Amino acid sequence: MKKKLVVIGAGMASGRMLEHLFEANADYDVTLFNAEPRGNYNRLMLSPVLSGEKTYEQIVTHDDAWYAENGVTCRFGEKVTGIDRDRKVVIGENGEVAYDKLVIGTGSNPFIIPLPGHDLKGVIPYRDLEDTQSMMDLGAKPGSKAVVIGGGLLGLEAAAGMAARGVEVTVVHIMGHLMERQLDEAAGYLLRKSLGEKGIKVMCKANSKEILADENGHVRALLLDDGTELPCDLLVMAVGIRPNTKLGAEAGLAVGKGIHVDDQMVTSDPDILSLGECVEHNGAIFGLVAPLYDQARVLANTLMGIEDAFKNKEVSTKLKVTGCDLFSAGDFAEGEGREDIVFRDPARGVYKRLILQGNKVIGAVMYGDTADGAWFYNHIKEGTDVAEMRDTLIFGPAYQGGAAADPLSAVAALPADAEICGCNGVCKGKIVDAINGGATTLDGVRATTKASNSCGTCTGLVEQVLAVTLGEDFVMPTSQPICKCSDHTHEDVRRLIKAQELKSMPAVFQELAWKTVDGCHVCRPALNYYLLADWPLDYQDDPQSRFINERKHANIQKDGTFSVVPRMWGGMTTSDELRAIADVVDKFKIPTVHVTGGQRIDLLGVKGEDLPEVWSDLNKAGMVSGHAYSKGLRTVKTCVGKDHCRFGTQDSTGLGINLEKALWGSWTPHKVKLAVSGCPRNCAEATCKDIGVVCVDSGYEIGIAGAAGMDVKETEAFHKAASEEEVLEYVQAVMQLYRENAKYLDRIYKWVNKVGLDWVKEQVADEANRKALVERFLISQSVYQKDPWAEHVEKEQARYTPMANLMMEAAE
Amino acid sequence: MTQWIDIAALVDIPRQGARVVKTAQGCVAVFRTLDDHVFALEDRCPHKGGPLSEGIVHGHKVTCPLHNWVFDMNTGEAQGADNGQVGTFTAKVEAGRIYLDATQLMARSAA
Ligand code: SRM
Ligand SMILES: Cc1cc2nc3c(=O)[nH]c(=O)nc-3n(C[C@H](O)[C@H](O)[C@H](O)COP(=O)(O)OP(=O)(O)OC[C@H]3O[C@@H](n4cnc5c(N)ncnc54)[C@H](O)[C@@H]3O)c2cc1C
Ligand code: SF4
Ligand code: FES
Repeated sequence: MKKKLVVIGAGMASGRMLEHLFEANADYDVTLFNAEPRGNYNRLMLSPVLSGEKTYEQIVTHDDAWYAENGVTCRFGEKVTGIDRDRKVVIGENGEVAYDKLVIGTGSNPFIIPLPGHDLKGVIPYRDLEDTQSMMDLGAKPGSKAVVIGGGLLGLEAAAGMAARGVEVTVVHIMGHLMERQLDEAAGYLLRKSLGEKGIKVMCKANSKEILADENGHVRALLLDDGTELPCDLLVMAVGIRPNTKLGAEAGLAVGKGIHVDDQMVTSDPDILSLGECVEHNGAIFGLVAPLYDQARVLANTLMGIEDAFKNKEVSTKLKVTGCDLFSAGDFAEGEGREDIVFRDPARGVYKRLILQGNKVIGAVMYGDTADGAWFYNHIKEGTDVAEMRDTLIFGPAYQGGAAADPLSAVAALPADAEICGCNGVCKGKIVDAINGGATTLDGVRATTKASNSCGTCTGLVEQVLAVTLGEDFVMPTSQPICKCSDHTHEDVRRLIKAQELKSMPAVFQELAWKTVDGCHVCRPALNYYLLADWPLDYQDDPQSRFINERKHANIQKDGTFSVVPRMWGGMTTSDELRAIADVVDKFKIPTVHVTGGQRIDLLGVKGEDLPEVWSDLNKAGMVSGHAYSKGLRTVKTCVGKDHCRFGTQDSTGLGINLEKALWGSWTPHKVKLAVSGCPRNCAEATCKDIGVVCVDSGYEIGIAGAAGMDVKETEAFHKAASEEEVLEYVQAVMQLYRENAKYLDRIYKWVNKVGLDWVKEQVADEANRKALVERFLISQSVYQKDPWAEHVEKEQARYTPMANLMMEAAE
Repeated sequence: MTQWIDIAALVDIPRQGARVVKTAQGCVAVFRTLDDHVFALEDRCPHKGGPLSEGIVHGHKVTCPLHNWVFDMNTGEAQGADNGQVGTFTAKVEAGRIYLDATQLMARSAA
């Protein structure tokens, strides 16, 4: 007599297993239970069904005829409620069935975050045809809105599918970038950009708080932590899956994260086998179909008494959203001793990154051009030694074995009508004509053809056309690139950040073709500054891209301790402030107290761990950080002025304090120091500061671009103001002009030397322009003028303390 | 023999950042890279003793805050023209927790 095989779950894994059995004419009588009211269909293809590219009929794997032909007793729409192992029967909602062998293939359950309101009508996961249908129905209603929680594979496919049906979709993702398990930040950035182009709004680092209901108990909106309300008619939660182990666990099988199976797919009961997303094999659980097909083959073989063993392999991922071409495989999140090879082509929106360990590729992430994905994936699986082709590896199989790619010969080979500058539609022929006509420099070409004159990403290409056309006569310009990670100069980077509205570090890295994954200690601080200066409201300051002094708001000393300098507005102090300083010196045994050249007091030798407490004490006495560590406003020195001095013409102390109060907290390309003297005797040394004011009877003489450090230079006359208000306006305007235009680490005098004093004067003299500069400065100050001490005492304590103290354990 | 001790959660260190673990023999800097890899290094630059935990982390490298020597955190070796090596310790991340090898930490003074 045939043996009785019962299968629970008509899913993708068990379906494939049955195909193997029937193809081999195995001697089994099969009963198949499925909770869904249908047989096996290709679950992966639900997304194309949702987006309208396929119909349900097209994705059915096994139809009624197939089941009939193979003599399967179908119990679809019937859930199995229990397994009685002693009697060897499966208990279905409509009755029991006895088994000789049992296969559990129950897949997984979508995880639902238990937010308040998660059980409202209109809150669904994305797992089966019913969910897909709800989303399709939404598309039929004009003007409907949906929110998807979860920016992983499923969430994005759901979002793209609904968007394709005209639904207004917002994706809410808790992590910093999309699909963080498959993609790195750079690829995540490109993906977000493509989705944006499809009209899908993406919110990263967004924390959901509550799902709000309308009067009918139907979802109305999602409420985020920060108070934002996102109205929606449907809320899709796609935040992950959990193996569906309930039946196995209740039957007393060994269950961990999933139902435990051995290499033969047998559970802890020799007559019960299991496969698919419900199992755990060697600690691994599954969420993609490729390994499940291997399990299906092994399980079928085990049932037929053929020796076979399941081995888990690397998986690769593709997102099934038209127009978002991404590929990810292998390990790029962890591993010992790894190196990266990065390739970016901003014009085409391409990013490729290979992760190498020793001479092997262990991971690949690609966006935009994924044609070579399978080739890399193969190397990952095979563990190929790639030492020989390492230099050209990233260019894919087409380049292997050939000569090393020479960029110049590639440009030489371009036809005359090949477009070089996309912004201005300039082709190679036109540039060559211009060069032959006498435009033999980059600037010359820019002036005559407009090529490379807008976004500038084609600058390198234009230079190559120059090199090819002029041959030896062309000398590549010697302008220094920002660092080894990029070919762009600081000036180019600043210009491109503005022109292309690049508002994040990954955006800069990608669009400006950075050669490393995350920059280096040279470019990151500069980029962080440029981004925060140009987009104060959009960009979030990145402490990890700052030099230690600015990250910890104190100056590091040669022995690793720190110095603390509280602000003394305009060099003024009080007995209370001095007492508070004296108290912290005693309390924290601070070894050195020095009166600085900037008219304030420096406490030197403070232990890193003590910083927050020192600050907290100084804060209590009303003092804030003096930013003695920052590329930002340092000091405003003043003299005593007309209140006391017999020569004083104006209130130089008061003006100094007002200037310091207006400017403090602002970040600048390099440090900025001011001084205000009460008369031309100039006791505050205002004529050698970045910005200096000398008071005279008739008003205020503002000078800029002085220096007294490595270079000594007198300030140059900038503007003569009639009132304090006018001084403030001109000084803020010139600060902002400097902030927006200078190269990182250029003091004002170096910047003015490059752009010319006349240009600076012109910009500020124009009233509308001046007012606009001041307004932008104030917007930035609304974000950045805050005492970092108070903030760090409250929120960042952890940065200053050791993470663990093993003194005890290690001593034992 | 490896004897893992649970130090802290991975999220306790910011990406591209570091935190310090105090041991009887001195401080160990534990770094977390952008790609969530964790490295443990002696927190003393071989140049002039700079605290590497305060440096800028980029790729699998860290730049010393005092005079910008750059170290490969896999090997502890100084990069480029600089010569020197900083001690490394075995570290691993499992289920979101960071572990260091206690036997190594204790053997350190002898090494
Ligand atoms: C504390 C102080 C010396 C003092 O005890 O008087 C000082 C201390 C340092 N100066 Fe200064 N400078 C101090 C006033 C000055 C002055 C005088 C002034 O501000 O009136 C100058 C000349 C004016 C100028 O800046 O043009 C000055 C020109 C420099 C320079 C050269 C800058 C230049 O562009 O030429 C550097 C190097 C740099 O910034 O790259 C420098 C760098 C430094 C650093 C930050 C070195 C470093 O990177 O570690 C020192 C930090 C010591 C510490 O740990 O606290 N310090 N430094 C003064 C703090 C003033 C304050 O209250 O904030
Ligand atoms: C929208 C979507 C897109 C996807 N895209 C991809 C992709 O691009 N690439 C990829 O590799 N993977 C993809 N996946 C994942 C892939 O579909 C799954 O890995 C695969 O379907 C799992 O197969 P399975 O047989 O383990 O479970 P399933 O296919 O889920 O089948 C399990 C079946 O068991 C039934 N069942 C559960 N409990 C009981 C019970 N008590 N009684 C009776 N029946 C029960 C369920 O109703 C279900 O029909 C996608 C998944 C979804 C939802
Ligand atoms: S002059 Fe300035 S930088 Fe030089 S040792 Fe003195 S404080 Fe340090
Ligand atoms: S102490 Fe590290 S570079 Fe000098």
